[in-house]
Amino acid sequence: MAILVFVESAEGKIKKTSIEAVAYAHALGGPVTAIALGAVEKAELEALGKYGAQKVLHVADERLSQGIIQAYATVLEKALQDESADLLVLANSSLGTPVAARVATKIGASLASNVVELPKTDGGFVVKRSIYTGKAFAWVELKNQKKVIALRKNAADIKEVGSPAQVTPYSVTLGDADFATKITSSEKATGEVLLPEANIVVSGGRGMKGPEHWGILEELAKTLHAATGCSKPVSDMGWRPHHEHVGQTGVKVAPQLYIAVGISGAIQHLAGVNSSKYIVVINKDPEAPFFKAADYGIVGDAFEIIPKLTEAIKAAK
Amino acid sequence: MKILVCITHVPDTTSKINFTDNNTKFDTTGVQFIIGPYDDYALARAIELKDAIAGTTVTVLNVGPADTEPTLRKGLAIGADDAIRVNAEPTDSFFVASQIAAIAKETPYDLILMGRESIDYNSGVVHGIVAELLGIPSISPVMKLDLDGTKAKLAREIEGGKEYLEVSLPFVAGCQEPIAEWKIPNMRGIMSARTKPLKVVEPKAVDSGVKLQKFELPPPKGSVKMIPADNVPELVNLLKNEAKVL
Ligand SMILES: Cc1cc2nc3c(=O)[nH]c(=O)nc-3n(C[C@H](O)[C@H](O)[C@H](O)COP(=O)(O)OP(=O)(O)OC[C@H]3O[C@@H](n4cnc5c(N)ncnc54)[C@H](O)[C@@H]3O)c2cc1C
Repeated sequence: MAILVFVESAEGKIKKTSIEAVAYAHALGGPVTAIALGAVEKAELEALGKYGAQKVLHVADERLSQGIIQAYATVLEKALQDESADLLVLANSSLGTPVAARVATKIGASLASNVVELPKTDGGFVVKRSIYTGKAFAWVELKNQKKVIALRKNAADIKEVGSPAQVTPYSVTLGDADFATKITSSEKATGEVLLPEANIVVSGGRGMKGPEHWGILEELAKTLHAATGCSKPVSDMGWRPHHEHVGQTGVKVAPQLYIAVGISGAIQHLAGVNSSKYIVVINKDPEAPFFKAADYGIVGDAFEIIPKLTEAIKAAK
Repeated sequence: MKILVCITHVPDTTSKINFTDNNTKFDTTGVQFIIGPYDDYALARAIELKDAIAGTTVTVLNVGPADTEPTLRKGLAIGADDAIRVNAEPTDSFFVASQIAAIAKETPYDLILMGRESIDYNSGVVHGIVAELLGIPSISPVMKLDLDGTKAKLAREIEGGKEYLEVSLPFVAGCQEPIAEWKIPNMRGIMSARTKPLKVVEPKAVDSGVKLQKFELPPPKGSVKMIPADNVPELVNLLKNEAKVL
């Protein structure tokens, strides 16, 4: 089955979750065509070949350097047709998921988002989705010939399987309707590790007592090359930006390691972190519910423990 | 202006999730149902717009069986003018979106709001499908929405930041905080909700191409290893040599 993979980029670099999508498509058997839109570095595009893309299409249209959902959907619909691909794979993201919705509707595909691993293909095409905000999974059969799947982080292992691919310029005629939505500006944290993609997350809660105390968490995060996160009250009070809010109503993370500091572990917070591989909890209250969801715990005052932890990590390097 | 707010009827965020019938049915025993938290933000913003713009009406819509009506009544108590229930199990995103689009084709709305995703199926695609079926723009997740006549200014959350957008009515938005503060119904709202119109319509037939096979719960978490506060380097040792994550 021919597969098209939509790869996203940020500041010219392909996102890790999109490389996972290429690896996922390769593991399914392919042949795999990857498609990137807007400004992306050529070497980044060629490198997709190493992870399993036989062919890389690049739409260099400047207007597409902004993630305009309708325009992206139009391009992908056409590319699926031109590549005779029946399956579109992309990463679950603020851009990927809405684009998946529109493309699937355009082409009459079976659609599944939040997919966590490779499908079962003995007798149909059955995917495993994360539901109830990480508290359960559903196995769903995608019955139509055409399929669109959006992947959660870690749905496939990235492996080097080939050599760099040739990049083919690609274009699609777009109309005014494709650009009905105008992006006027954006604010983006640059140069930092982005929370949804991070392998390690250092997260602080109300126990940190105020925004002025975040320095020790940032120092720890820097030492670990980690992203910083927080609980909902922390972003509600404006101690931290909203995009760092983790949980049921915020970002769902799935890092290798989640370090929670001064967070009680309310069920709504846990809903956003329960896909983490390992959880470390640091809390001064031995009864804090978060310890029940943790792999490692320290009962103690964050203001004493965190600087010591940062030191110990530096010493162990 | 006519605003349609699509709300889900979902287990309270503190619910323990269990399944019955050989892992094919959600176990509702002891579960409290609420308006989806993201939908609740959408509804709160719709009521604010209604209060700000004369002649605005807000309709709440749910695709669900009769036992979801208390959730719709709560939407009316919060301030919606009327409610529609499409009488069907909300089996999957495409099915639900097709029902919403059918209603919106019959009665055009200037603005269709809903949560960025439901907290049961977490698909995050219903707004996009509805918009595609109606041939209008969709924007999600929206954290700010202001109207100036038929023009809207929005802020959308992206990974690690925000994007500011402009679009004209009509469009569909998937909402999240901090678009508005959740509203709690007052006594007067609850009383008046009882007599506000709630229309039940039958679903249209849709083949969505997906079929649920079974549910599964994640394996239970092993017990936590506690490290004494005076031995922080031991934690680093365990993370490095046992968990192998450093
Ligand atoms: C519908 C709904 C959705 C929600 N969604 C989310 C969500 O997405 N994400 C989220 O996080 N919350 C969410 N919440 C809120 C959630 O219920 C909790 O209120 C919130 O997670 C608590 O945040 P916290 O742990 O930072 O604060 P608290 O519960 O106040 O906990 C602070 C912790 O810090 C510890 N502490 C204090 N001082 C120190 C110290 N010096 N050193 C070490 N530890 C210390 C305390 O022992 C305590 O355990 C939601 C709630 C609802 C109703």
